[in-house]
Amino acid sequence: MTEIENKLPTATPLRPKKRAILVGASSGIGAALAHRLADEGFQVALLARRAEMLEKLTNEINSKHGETRVIHYIHDVTDYKSVPELLKKIISDLGGLDTFIYNAGVAISVGLKSYDFEKDRKMMEINLLGALAWLNPVGELFQNMKSGQIVGISSVAGERGRVGSPAYNTSKAALTTYLEAYRNRLTRYGVNVLTVKPGYVRTDMIKNVENPFWAIPAEQAAKDIFKAMQKRKQEIYTAARWRWVMFIIRNIPSFLFRKLTF
Amino acid sequence: MKKLTLSHLGNFSHSLDTAVYHIRPRFVEEITEIFAFARENDLKIAPRGAGRSYNDAALKGGGIVLDLSLLRCVQAWDAETGILRAEPGLTLETLWQYILPDGWWPPVVSGTMKTTLGGCLGMNIHGKNNFKMGTVGENILEFDAILPNGKEVTCSPKKNSKLFHAMISGMGMLGVFTSVTMQMKRVYSGLVNVREWNVPDLEAQLYALLDGAPRNDYIVGWLDGTARGKALGRGQIHAANYLAKDEDPDPAETMRVDFQTLPDTFFGVVPKSKLHYLMSLGLSNLGVRAVNTAKYLVGRNKSYQQPHAAFHFLLDYVPDWEKSYGKQGLIQYQSFLPKETALDAWTEMLKLSQKRGLPTYLGVTKRHRPDKFLISHALDGFSLAFDFKITNNNRAKLSEMVQDFDKIVLDAGGRFYFAKNSETAPEIARQYLGNETIENFRKLKERCDPQNLLYSDLYERVFAPLN
Repeated sequence: MTEIENKLPTATPLRPKKRAILVGASSGIGAALAHRLADEGFQVALLARRAEMLEKLTNEINSKHGETRVIHYIHDVTDYKSVPELLKKIISDLGGLDTFIYNAGVAISVGLKSYDFEKDRKMMEINLLGALAWLNPVGELFQNMKSGQIVGISSVAGERGRVGSPAYNTSKAALTTYLEAYRNRLTRYGVNVLTVKPGYVRTDMIKNVENPFWAIPAEQAAKDIFKAMQKRKQEIYTAARWRWVMFIIRNIPSFLFRKLTF
Repeated sequence: MKKLTLSHLGNFSHSLDTAVYHIRPRFVEEITEIFAFARENDLKIAPRGAGRSYNDAALKGGGIVLDLSLLRCVQAWDAETGILRAEPGLTLETLWQYILPDGWWPPVVSGTMKTTLGGCLGMNIHGKNNFKMGTVGENILEFDAILPNGKEVTCSPKKNSKLFHAMISGMGMLGVFTSVTMQMKRVYSGLVNVREWNVPDLEAQLYALLDGAPRNDYIVGWLDGTARGKALGRGQIHAANYLAKDEDPDPAETMRVDFQTLPDTFFGVVPKSKLHYLMSLGLSNLGVRAVNTAKYLVGRNKSYQQPHAAFHFLLDYVPDWEKSYGKQGLIQYQSFLPKETALDAWTEMLKLSQKRGLPTYLGVTKRHRPDKFLISHALDGFSLAFDFKITNNNRAKLSEMVQDFDKIVLDAGGRFYFAKNSETAPEIARQYLGNETIENFRKLKERCDPQNLLYSDLYERVFAPLN
């Protein structure tokens, strides 16, 4: 774990700062969201495993704004034990915390005839267990503070189990359910829990997908997510039309779904 | 120490909030343990009394707020000499209630009685008698403190004099007070003689303070920030004097605590705990203008007697008054100007605020004299405190305006106050405090707190960048 020793400008009543942690920030939706949050005046702790990309992103954002708006921490989300201490340090560095975003996720392609526990485990560890490791201390913190916002980047993929990605679907379904439970737990304490379900987004994650239909740029997803955060929504699809597509897909009877190949 | 969790904490004026480890020691000995805990966990500490500062002085986001409000014992009280020794968390409210029945009153009090002794010393507060009794620090005989470097010190104007004059006014950044010995003021009645009169403009207001100060024990002005043109800076002056010996026919009665206690209802009808809801309806440019105009027009030259508590603690008259400023809270902007330049500078500032559609909703003027404390706000002149309501729409405009104010005040040789102003930039602080003061403070900080354990958000914002 390393960190750039840049000082974030301190907040004042007339120059207030929202403070966020973004886990899984180095590329894709995470990187776009990092830009978006910094553009909107947030001070953000960016976390990711890939040091070089993260440093590049940090420098890019800070030089764009001519001041330190983001700081970064190299972190592997499967290093569960390090989370409580790291969270404490980040809150001390940020001077508080208003928003927590879990965006770390991998989709490892598995063939239709592939049965590979290691691949499945990796997806469960990064997409789900990493989220749980963070959401527990963050949930407790926000419950104590009686304020805060949790954003979980899940996926439309969590809505059905499909032939090509059993573990990915499972990890996202579990994350969606977990976030729902947190919403039910924490709304009464004034905490907002937003579940984001992206469809295809043009990122590295879908580079092997043959025909990613309706794929939107990561910046568009980040824009939708930020808007939903501001409106303190509970759940969004990005792009929005996926809500209707998924309504249909969710309702395809199993005897038909078994015959489909996607 | 038991497991600590972060909790939500804001400032008095509801303009800042953050997550902190809020620790309330019950014994002085715990302070050393908290220092050790902070060191082990790489956390910073902001000491806090009652948390009545209008800025980030008693906050440390993501760090420890060392709340001293439970250390509030009166350790010694001599009703013959009027010397009191108490722990730093003792509030002025408990203090005056403790000593008044014996015929004493705190020599210097803030506009609220909720403040603590430790907080009063840390910010070196002043009252409506600054021109006469100085700041609170000038009435402190001695204090004990624990420093982050592990030392326990006793300071008085003669012993450890340098540290005495720096810890008082040092915003809690050099050490933590553990005991304060203070000389009280003898009074012969629970009442003060008050006279109030209108002043038609700023010049008359400042002249009234200048002329009235030598002849009164207390003097304070209310300024109507919405009045324009020839009436710019108009307002009301309140001057008060202690009663002479034997002037009060029944001092034992007027010095009873019950006699002093502020009423619970407004006009005998409206419960005062709900009054801030009503006030919030009037807190717009138009509403304040109407209320201020009415207040000015009904103002008459009159004299009356009033209990000490009622005269001094106007801010406590409406409980939770700060909530009437709404969810975004308020900022207070207080500037101190030499008597020679005050009129022109404040005329310019009042005009500017009106031109930009950001009139102050409350203006308060006072008369001051300089003092010997290191981070001093006082000078031979006046102060003017402005309250501004914050809204989501006016933040940027307000921010720009207070920066313009800073320039005007600095050009006029003025000073600022770290219990009030929330936007003071490091360079502004350097300009009015001077390099020598900054350097002296830095050296003391290095000596008392080499690891920078005491590090409030205020210190981080203003002083850390200057080192």
